[in-house]
Amino acid sequence: MSAQLPIIRVRDLTVGYGRRAVLEKVSFDVYPGEVFVILGGSGCGKSTLLKHMIGLLRPMAGQVLIEEQDITTAQGEARRTLLARLGVMYQSGALFGSMTVLENVRLPLEEYTDLPLEAMDLIARTKLALVQLAGSGSMLPAELSGGMQKRAAIARAMALDPPILFLDEPSAGLDPITSAGLDQLILRLARSLGVTFVVVTHELPSIFTIADRVIMLDKSARGIVAEGNPHVLRDTSEDARVRQFFNREAVLEAV
Amino acid sequence: MRSHRRPLTSPAQLALTAPSADAPARLALTGHLNAYTIAEVWAQARAALTRFALTPVVVDAAGVDYCDGAGIAMLVDLLRQPRTLDAPVRIEGLAPRYQALLDQFDPAAFREAPARLHRSLSPTERLGRTASTTLDNLRSAVAFVGEVGAGLAAAARRPEHVRWSDTWLVAQRLGVEGLPIISLVGFLMGVILAFQSAIALRKFGAEILVADLLGISLLRELGALMTAILLAGRTGAAFAAEIGTMKVNEEIDALVTMGLEPARFLVVPRILAALMMTPLLTLYAILIGLVGGGLVMLSFDIPIALYRNELFSFVTMTDFLGGMAKTFVFGLIVAWVGCLRGLQTRSGAAAVGLSATSAVVTAIVLIVVADGIFALVYYHLDI
Repeated sequence: MSAQLPIIRVRDLTVGYGRRAVLEKVSFDVYPGEVFVILGGSGCGKSTLLKHMIGLLRPMAGQVLIEEQDITTAQGEARRTLLARLGVMYQSGALFGSMTVLENVRLPLEEYTDLPLEAMDLIARTKLALVQLAGSGSMLPAELSGGMQKRAAIARAMALDPPILFLDEPSAGLDPITSAGLDQLILRLARSLGVTFVVVTHELPSIFTIADRVIMLDKSARGIVAEGNPHVLRDTSEDARVRQFFNREAVLEAV
Repeated sequence: MRSHRRPLTSPAQLALTAPSADAPARLALTGHLNAYTIAEVWAQARAALTRFALTPVVVDAAGVDYCDGAGIAMLVDLLRQPRTLDAPVRIEGLAPRYQALLDQFDPAAFREAPARLHRSLSPTERLGRTASTTLDNLRSAVAFVGEVGAGLAAAARRPEHVRWSDTWLVAQRLGVEGLPIISLVGFLMGVILAFQSAIALRKFGAEILVADLLGISLLRELGALMTAILLAGRTGAAFAAEIGTMKVNEEIDALVTMGLEPARFLVVPRILAALMMTPLLTLYAILIGLVGGGLVMLSFDIPIALYRNELFSFVTMTDFLGGMAKTFVFGLIVAWVGCLRGLQTRSGAAAVGLSATSAVVTAIVLIVVADGIFALVYYHLDI
């Protein structure tokens, strides 16, 4: 996998709010088709990092290169083209409340393609079927449960089949069965379509199932404290913080 | 045409091999199938299926070198078309990894159109829905009277239990921060009234009577009305939007489960603040309006002292108090309706907008109605 060129390259990224840096000089690569997981305790900057990687926030310093184009400085048309290459699922779903679920999923298709309405509807319905929401297309987001909203949001992020999908806490708040189904979906899309996933999550079972590689962020280190395969990290890491993260899981699993 | 389309790596193409009478028609698909490339091919393939409605059709997908979800959707679309038994559609040669994607879907499941998103309601149903919503709103409005009444009564009994810090904060936002717009509109109102009437009165050499006209209309009527309408737009909408957003975010539910009644916690401070600030703002608006009128008078060569004397000799305390009495009612209406509409908000961002709109419209209507009642009562009381 590392023989390929990275699809996302983060270079010396320093991010923060006001003058306070949350992460300093963070660098890492994400390769095409891999499931890349960002993990770490609360407040370590996971979501902040994600928001910088999708160009929502401007970094204090550094670059985020997506397919060799810097999303932090891209403007206008270049930025739009770049944004069409990625799909994002936000933590709370962020579905548009005034549109039905199907209309939510169809929106990117309407804006970016020339397909007829019937075709867009069908594409949207297949996306909803992928996340087991085939029958809910005509409902309003408010009529869905929290877990269903998340799945609908994933369907919307996938509407244009972007090569990169960013998922912010996809399985938080989902029941174990749906959560496992979602993991399978992520793996299937990554393996069959070569979709690259960047996932922020706490759910350790999910991390061990889906992650090809993880980076672990730490609040006090203001950066990456571990990088690699989660199984390998769990078994061989010499860093106390990393062991703590995975060992607590081991304790929980034993209970 | 969309301007921001992806460059086509290798465009999707469709080649049709017309069959001899009994051989199946072959549709050969090649190239990249994704949402940006397939619009044309999709239409051609559908047309071909219609053309060969009675013969089997084979979709040869061996030449497809990339196929994402949109391409899969197209294949599903071709498979879901209703066909006779002896004229099936088959897909051949699709690379196994794409075949696996296609196998996730059962084309038959997509045969029925999804329930229409916005089905049109029959007039009867619409009437029923409107009636039911109106009744619901009326019921909650009546319940709101009770809740707020109880809250205000409790506040009167035990003033130390009122959330005064909230009240002062609302009073500041509603009053102090509303001064610029009140100044602007009040001043303009005074200037315009004075100027318009002065032009007419000058014909009779009676410019000085502008002071009477300005005084009586600002004190009795326009000061209070203008301030109330500005407050409805500025403050009533803000109340509705803020409380509505709290409702949408389940913050109201959180209050209720903490045992804190929204009426006491949110509504009472707002009503108290409005009751305190509306008269003060009205007073201020009247003063600014009179100053504006005075400046116009100056330009008509009437000294300020003369203007002031004429004003004070004409308007009475009753005029002033009659106008100020209205302000309490108007302030109550603005805060009341703003909070009520906020609490009636349903779910979603759009609902907050509807609540804010409805708060402003309802408040203005009620203000006008109340003003009419005041006029009637004052007339009969001979005030």
